[in-house]
Amino acid sequence: MQIISAVSLWFIPVLIGFILIYGTLKKVPTYETFVEGGKEGIKMAVSIIPFLVGMMVAISVFRASGALDYMMEYIRPIIEKAGIPAEVIPLAIIRPISGNAALGMTSDLISAHGPDSFIGILASTIQGSTDTTFYVLTVYFGAVGIKKMGDALKVGLLADLAGFAAAIIVVTILFG
Amino acid sequence: MVNYIWVFMTIIGLVFAAINGTMSEVNEAVFKGATEAVTLCIGLISVLVFWLGMMRIAETAGLLDKLSSLFRPFVTKLFPEVPAGHPAMGYILSNMMANMFGLGNAATPLGIKAMEELKRLNGGKDYASRSMITFLAINTSSITLIPTTVIAIRITYDSAAPTSIVGPTLMATCFSAVAAILIDRYFHYRRSRKG
Repeated sequence: MQIISAVSLWFIPVLIGFILIYGTLKKVPTYETFVEGGKEGIKMAVSIIPFLVGMMVAISVFRASGALDYMMEYIRPIIEKAGIPAEVIPLAIIRPISGNAALGMTSDLISAHGPDSFIGILASTIQGSTDTTFYVLTVYFGAVGIKKMGDALKVGLLADLAGFAAAIIVVTILFG
Repeated sequence: MVNYIWVFMTIIGLVFAAINGTMSEVNEAVFKGATEAVTLCIGLISVLVFWLGMMRIAETAGLLDKLSSLFRPFVTKLFPEVPAGHPAMGYILSNMMANMFGLGNAATPLGIKAMEELKRLNGGKDYASRSMITFLAINTSSITLIPTTVIAIRITYDSAAPTSIVGPTLMATCFSAVAAILIDRYFHYRRSRKG
């Protein structure tokens, strides 16, 4: 475990150092190249704005109106029958939609049930093993101007569902 | 599809607000959501500029080519439409690496670059190609070695073993990555049968 936290601490600095030294050895004009590449980042960030504004307004309206809570109440009994703890259901629903809200819910569950409780470990694992599909979709496709997404959303959401199921199964076997 | 979901979420929200009397919350949510989105993008600028700058050096120095040739057999199977040695490979791989180490911030710019290259491969058309959907599926269920953010939260709440979730998360993400690839393959198979 110590090795893992050391790796995550050292990874970025080592990567930066490596790229800079390697570039210098290959006679790349490092600073100029960095600036050229960086300029692209500004264009990219600005071009994402309308996509994110549209998506995030819709999501916050949906949430603030109480529609999301209502929907969850409906889904809850079905999922409880499947033996999944009701506490993590809202997290599973919100996870693909809003990364910040999901992170808030995970912290909430951890603080309410304790980080080392079954629910705490399950919530941590769900948070770590799924992703904000809507965000990834909006940002990645938005930035390069993809308008017709095809099956991408369906595939992404099903993949999230698979991650959620996998988290429950693994945690139940290891900690249940 | 996105158009319908977008309108659906907004309209259902508005109807709900009318029934539930949460109109004032919804009014607030419209501007809060917009502000949050812009703040997020502004916050992204720093990360995008830094990592795209770094990656440009790596690309010019030939590091991305090295990386893609290292994993070529594995990735060509996943992305049969991407020719060997295409710059898209390098970006796809660096994005996967960043995701594995829980570096979401570094992963986003690389992912966008990968999408850009994939779009170029697709003749600049505005619909998602097969490779793009595969890339997205892998991205949303990516294998995570170190879930940094979650570990940080667990430490904040005085966990006795904050890193105890590393094992379960790794197992769950491996499972879901395989599932994502299978789901993606299934949808591709369905599309190609329809012609």
